[in-house]
Amino acid sequence: METMSWLQGALGGILIGLSATLLMGLLGRIAGISGILSGLIFERGGDRPWRLAFLLGLVSGPGLLILTGLDWGNVADDSGAVVGAPANGLTVMLIAGLLVGLGTGLGSGCTSGHGVCGLARLSPRSMAATLVFVLVAMLTVFVSHHWLGGAL
Amino acid sequence: MKALAGYLAGLLFGLGLAISGMTDPARVIGFLDVAGVWDPTLVFVLGGAVITTFIGYRVVWRRRAPLFEPRFQLPTRRDLDARLLGGAALFGIGWALSGYCPGPAVASLPGLNWPLAVFLVTLVLGWWLARRLAPAH
Repeated sequence: METMSWLQGALGGILIGLSATLLMGLLGRIAGISGILSGLIFERGGDRPWRLAFLLGLVSGPGLLILTGLDWGNVADDSGAVVGAPANGLTVMLIAGLLVGLGTGLGSGCTSGHGVCGLARLSPRSMAATLVFVLVAMLTVFVSHHWLGGAL
Repeated sequence: MKALAGYLAGLLFGLGLAISGMTDPARVIGFLDVAGVWDPTLVFVLGGAVITTFIGYRVVWRRRAPLFEPRFQLPTRRDLDARLLGGAALFGIGWALSGYCPGPAVASLPGLNWPLAVFLVTLVLGWWLARRLAPAH
């Protein structure tokens, strides 16, 4: 079972890599989700149509799996699900969303822009950013789950 | 054609996130929980994505320009600054608390629930604040 979920992880990762390659080959752009979506909301100009189309594609991927009943998800405790349950309640999610928005806005990228595309470009800024957000996230989980006993 | 290209890239990205299990916050937090029952799935996702992108980029960069645009738009900065690293640190805290980075959060819209809705609203608020606090240019 575990090997299967790792294989699905690798397969999904390859699809994400193909998406990034397609966006670079056709439009010459980095597949950074925070940049594409915040740009769609806060910028005017010629990039809006493809950014909006990207958003629709991003949502319709999992949406189509759910609609067609395809059992291709990889949710840890529910093999039939495509989308997992939220990890926290409203208050924590409110703060988390703000931190993710502010952090990816100030840091010019998230897991896709820095973690996937930036590492593939061998960008020193993306390598540093990825190292920082992964280590800080691991430390945060350590504190909240093992020191505070899962209170957060 | 540009919109179609955007849609196809988004569709592949969304399918990749769903098939890999990244639309499950428990998988992400399981990877981050190195002192608990560690879940290595995210390593395979990131590994598969980075290797594919590394090869794919080098193939498409052999052309002088992308198919539908006059030029490739790549970041040119190489210096590290407090804004980059501080932003990454804030993002890391939020990522750990929710199990969501922006892609999986938005891709999870077909399974919308209240905590996710609240997350998405404050995510956009955070992007707005970042643009107000420190304009990129």
